[in-house]
Amino acid sequence: MSAPAIVLLVVFLVVPFVLSIGFAFTDQRLIPNPNLPTSFVGFRNFVRLITDSTFQRALRNNFTFTLVVVPVQTALALAMAMLVNTRVRGTNLFRTIYFSPVVITMVVVSIVWYLLYNPDQGFINRTLRTLTFGHWPNVRWLQSTFWALPAIMILSVWQGVGFQMVIFLAGLQDIPTELYEASDVDGATRRQKFFHITLPQLRNTTLFVVISTTILSFKLFHQVWVMTRGGPQESTMTAIVMMYRQGFQQGRVGYASAIAVLFFCMVLIVSLLQRTVLKEERAVD
Amino acid sequence: MAHEAKRGPMSLARRTRRSASTAVLYALLIVLALYFLFPTVFMVVSSLKTDELQLMADMGGVRGFIPYGEIGLGNFQRVFQEMAFGRFFFNSVFILVMTVGIGLLVNSMFAYSLARLRFRGRAILVSVVVALIIVPTESVVIPMLLMVNTVGWIDSYQVQIVPFVADAFSIFLFYQFFIQVPKDFDEAALIDGAGYWTVYARVILPLSRPVFASVAILQGIQHWGRFLWPLMVTRGETYRPLPVAIQQFFSQDPKAWGSIFAFATMTTIPLLILFLVFQKWFVQSVASSGVKG
Repeated sequence: MSAPAIVLLVVFLVVPFVLSIGFAFTDQRLIPNPNLPTSFVGFRNFVRLITDSTFQRALRNNFTFTLVVVPVQTALALAMAMLVNTRVRGTNLFRTIYFSPVVITMVVVSIVWYLLYNPDQGFINRTLRTLTFGHWPNVRWLQSTFWALPAIMILSVWQGVGFQMVIFLAGLQDIPTELYEASDVDGATRRQKFFHITLPQLRNTTLFVVISTTILSFKLFHQVWVMTRGGPQESTMTAIVMMYRQGFQQGRVGYASAIAVLFFCMVLIVSLLQRTVLKEERAVD
Repeated sequence: MAHEAKRGPMSLARRTRRSASTAVLYALLIVLALYFLFPTVFMVVSSLKTDELQLMADMGGVRGFIPYGEIGLGNFQRVFQEMAFGRFFFNSVFILVMTVGIGLLVNSMFAYSLARLRFRGRAILVSVVVALIIVPTESVVIPMLLMVNTVGWIDSYQVQIVPFVADAFSIFLFYQFFIQVPKDFDEAALIDGAGYWTVYARVILPLSRPVFASVAILQGIQHWGRFLWPLMVTRGETYRPLPVAIQQFFSQDPKAWGSIFAFATMTTIPLLILFLVFQKWFVQSVASSGVKG
């Protein structure tokens, strides 16, 4: 009964994973050249990667993206979850609307936003200009080395935040109402309730949201590939875009595998941090 | 009674404050709703505008969100005439149905045996599955490309289906659900002489509809949008799925925005309708993907 799943997991996850570690230490190419057999190159790929300015740029972009998107998206998701968790009419409708971008494919989202970001006629610049009474400069969003990454951040949050909102909503609904009732008796303010009941009770949910959003931000590829292909001047280059370019477009499997291995290490470190923090929490209990 | 009378004026003041804060709440809810709706509305409305010049002129303001002027299905017709849209659509649906369908069976069977059968190394297998959840597809695609290339799977359906059938996270969701099903149910059946297969099919499956729906929805959203892998393993139009097809159509210059939006709308509508119809299930499945606090 377990055989099909085990075989598939081994062949399509474990084997390629082990292979990528192996390839990272070779100069393996996508289309083998009979005159140049693949050979073991030790840590050469990794040494080159660390000194490769494109990779440095990719890492910096990945970290910038993560450091901005994760806090913003988590806070927004929590705020939205609390808004739709209030007892007023129509919250179901609002929840549906906020969640709807989640079911829109990222490639489509990127294409629609590409036109919204149009510098001259696009809706975003026009609206910002109206809201600031004409003071908003003509920002060339996706063609600007400064604005391209923030532009991609905005649409990523737009598409993904509904998912985290629903997870927070589930967390909020798991908080025993007695806690709030008891605090009412004690005359707690709304602010006190938020910091002393809601946030501590949502601790594990928040951690989960933070970790999963972090991993998603590391994987950043679709939006970038559709909108900027890593440009202008590598200002939106990411680890996965670089891996795709090196491994698929240039056929340098060894080098791309080294990127994949480092990428995996980043994801692993984040996940291990999650486990440690969660375990500490349990130990305290 | 006296008590009530004393509370009267206070509750009036409180009521005014409450209705003021309700107004603020609604204002916030509506502003957010506009923010989450406008790109989708813009896409659908623009897809109906058959006059490209009007579409471009309208898009900077409110008129970009109002269907007026030359409205029709011309853009949709053009998408069908100028490219193999039907083919791309079929490819995406076929790949999704096969991957999710076979995946439900394979992953739930494995999870069932992890949750119920006693065999050596079971505990280790469970932790291996949990560990595999964090291995992202992105980190294995390059060697996998080399593997499928060797066996001649490039440009086919199986290359887009088979690698994604088994999924560690789905197995984990099934496992979590199955261990909560009381064992008395299947033990009663086992005593009656049923085999493990019968128990799985007759006892476990009917009890587990919610988790099957959750896994199907979470996997479905993911497969419908899959992009990086098909970009690498499809060559011609025959096996190309929607995301790759629309990206290639989008990167052609000059851009025919009306048709691009018609394509985008047709890519989005099926999942959007499924979501609106099975909303409760979608929300529950996403909620179930989070950790329990």
